[in-house]
Amino acid sequence: MSEAATQQQQQQQNTDRPLLKVRNLKTHFPIVKGLLKRVVGQVKAVDDVSFDIYDGECLGLVGESGSGKTTVGRSILRAVNPTAGNVEFRLSNEYVDVAKVEHQQLKDLRKRMQMIFQDPYSSLNPRMSVMDLIGEPLLAHGMKSRREREKRVRELLVQVGLKPQHLNRYPHAFSGGQRQRIGIARALALNPRLIVADEAVSALDVSVQAQVLNLLQDLQKEFGLTYLFIAHDLSVVRHICDRVAVMYLGKIVELADVDRLFDSPKHPYTEALLSSIPVPDPNHKSERKLLTGETADPSNPPPGCTFHPRCHYAEKKCRQEEPVLREIEPGHFVRCHLSEQLKLEGMKR
Amino acid sequence: MTDEKQQPDPKEPESVASPEAPPDVLTASQWKLMWWKFRKHKLAVWAGFLLLVLYFVAAFCEFLAPYPLDYRDVDYAYAPPQPIRLVSEDGIHLRPFVYAIEGERHPETRRKIYTENTDERLTVRFFVRGESYRFWGLFETDWHLFGVEDGGTVHLLGTDSLGRDLLSRILYGSRISLTIGLVGVTMSFVLGLAIGAISGFYGGWIDNLIQRFIEIIQSFPSIPLWMALAAALPDTWSPLQIYFGITVVLSLIGWTGLARQVRGKILSLREEDFTTAAVLGGTGQWRIMWRHLLPSFMSHIIVSLTLAVPTMILAETALSFLGLGLQPPVTSWGVLLTEAQNVQAVAAQPWLLTPVFFVIIAVLAFNFLGDGLRDAADPYSK
Repeated sequence: MSEAATQQQQQQQNTDRPLLKVRNLKTHFPIVKGLLKRVVGQVKAVDDVSFDIYDGECLGLVGESGSGKTTVGRSILRAVNPTAGNVEFRLSNEYVDVAKVEHQQLKDLRKRMQMIFQDPYSSLNPRMSVMDLIGEPLLAHGMKSRREREKRVRELLVQVGLKPQHLNRYPHAFSGGQRQRIGIARALALNPRLIVADEAVSALDVSVQAQVLNLLQDLQKEFGLTYLFIAHDLSVVRHICDRVAVMYLGKIVELADVDRLFDSPKHPYTEALLSSIPVPDPNHKSERKLLTGETADPSNPPPGCTFHPRCHYAEKKCRQEEPVLREIEPGHFVRCHLSEQLKLEGMKR
Repeated sequence: MTDEKQQPDPKEPESVASPEAPPDVLTASQWKLMWWKFRKHKLAVWAGFLLLVLYFVAAFCEFLAPYPLDYRDVDYAYAPPQPIRLVSEDGIHLRPFVYAIEGERHPETRRKIYTENTDERLTVRFFVRGESYRFWGLFETDWHLFGVEDGGTVHLLGTDSLGRDLLSRILYGSRISLTIGLVGVTMSFVLGLAIGAISGFYGGWIDNLIQRFIEIIQSFPSIPLWMALAAALPDTWSPLQIYFGITVVLSLIGWTGLARQVRGKILSLREEDFTTAAVLGGTGQWRIMWRHLLPSFMSHIIVSLTLAVPTMILAETALSFLGLGLQPPVTSWGVLLTEAQNVQAVAAQPWLLTPVFFVIIAVLAFNFLGDGLRDAADPYSK
């Protein structure tokens, strides 16, 4: 109880000092051609993304495939190098720009931020035992004694709901859900503050998804973790997240508290995403605002608002002028010219 | 308990073992799983066994061969094979024997014509004393695995133009022919692995340079290139140095394919999630290379090496046959075949072609073994 209370207190203190400040993050991938590797274009996977993550919260990042959400997660951890922008992480009350630090400092930073991967099969090296998999970050950060490592790995296995005697098994002996738990244990090994969960449950069965989500929530409570939860399944996001950012074509188009976003979206794209959620009611007459067409080519985005070719409400202005992300209500950011005029439908309960 | 009964073979490797699977599958490492899978490929297991026998023969050829390498039976040049028999006119014998042969000059062509003297049976005995030789160059001895009593000859595969026993020479030749493949492949392996790893790991202009260089090497027609390189070996070299030189020549050309494979594997494995996870966990480049990348493609490398050995054996045979590789007195299967270059010689003495069968057997065995290893190489695929 008291632990939760102090956590809340801390959160109050830290509203002005978020754990992570992402500012104007851009990650572009060059398109090279020919023998001489001439750069003929840029895929703007992440184009000018800014957001904050506060201590102990779970920020959802949703969007279609190709919207750049995974690249945001990887850029934050420097698994890919961002092209421009700042990723400021609060480390003992001082901000360190992850995007610019050198090797050794990056290694120290990554003790505090870790990642859970989408695919529990490709993210675990099939040639290493559970002990070696989970113990590897410990070894890399100087825990040389095998006995000490083994003790810690056993502890972690219990924390993620696996049996400590499975230490010497190889990944092929585990199911998808169990493998994901191993991945979570590996992420937890160094006691991180921030965990980027990149579609952490998308590859799992629905029943297993629920178990893993509950585990993530329990761990969050127990260790005061902060999540950046990347997903495309909105019902999962609603279940676990406190705030949600919606991405489209490398940009954040809407960011708000989870309930506000689901009940009264302010961006036509969010509305379309929400209407795609199936309603478990046979009498429900659907008036779905389904999206037509496909995501535009991120190397050649359309002029004006990048969403306008698929938008039901697009006006002349949308085709010419690019909207900026603005705060239309406290804590509710939208990148749309027409947010005030439109009456958009939220998710039907 | 019932669950265990449902699994006929408790060691059946599975991609995802059920929780009821016996504990040794669950904790089995990659190599164990590979071995279990390989064991099921019967042909490959037999090929592997045959290769073991061949290499055993190569190692102990002095003892196994009935005659030393350069022992000449002057009276028996171009003698035909003397088949081992158990049945004679007198009936069945308990001990195998050969008939003695007698040569006679043809009155016009002056060629020697051999006939079997069915009256004189030479019993083949095991562990007999014969011509003396130095075993592994260490000590002098005259024990042979088999032979006939003094005065008789046992040329199971016939003799060559100088009256040297062909079987003995093939056994001695296997020593060179079978090891040149291994030595050459080991050298290409080192070259290919190092250069491929540099290419894939560093990328950029280094990668570009190495890949273009490989393309240039690969676009050379191989026989003229071998000729040029073989010709570049100084003729003052001893046979052993030439042997070494030829393996270097073969491996200098052979490494390119392997380097490509290694590079490709590293490029793809670098993008795997488990590599990213290791990087994020703070694992150093070196450990990632050794613990994550290398083991992931080692099995494939072993397979391609196994399949590269027969290519080397064939290359040596071809080179020596053309007179570009090893030269007498060094004896390899290719060198033995140079005697069979002349159509007339082959027509009159067809047994001179028998080294070919040994080449075929060795090459096939390596190919079957490689086949089985390839199937077993990725125990995680279905």
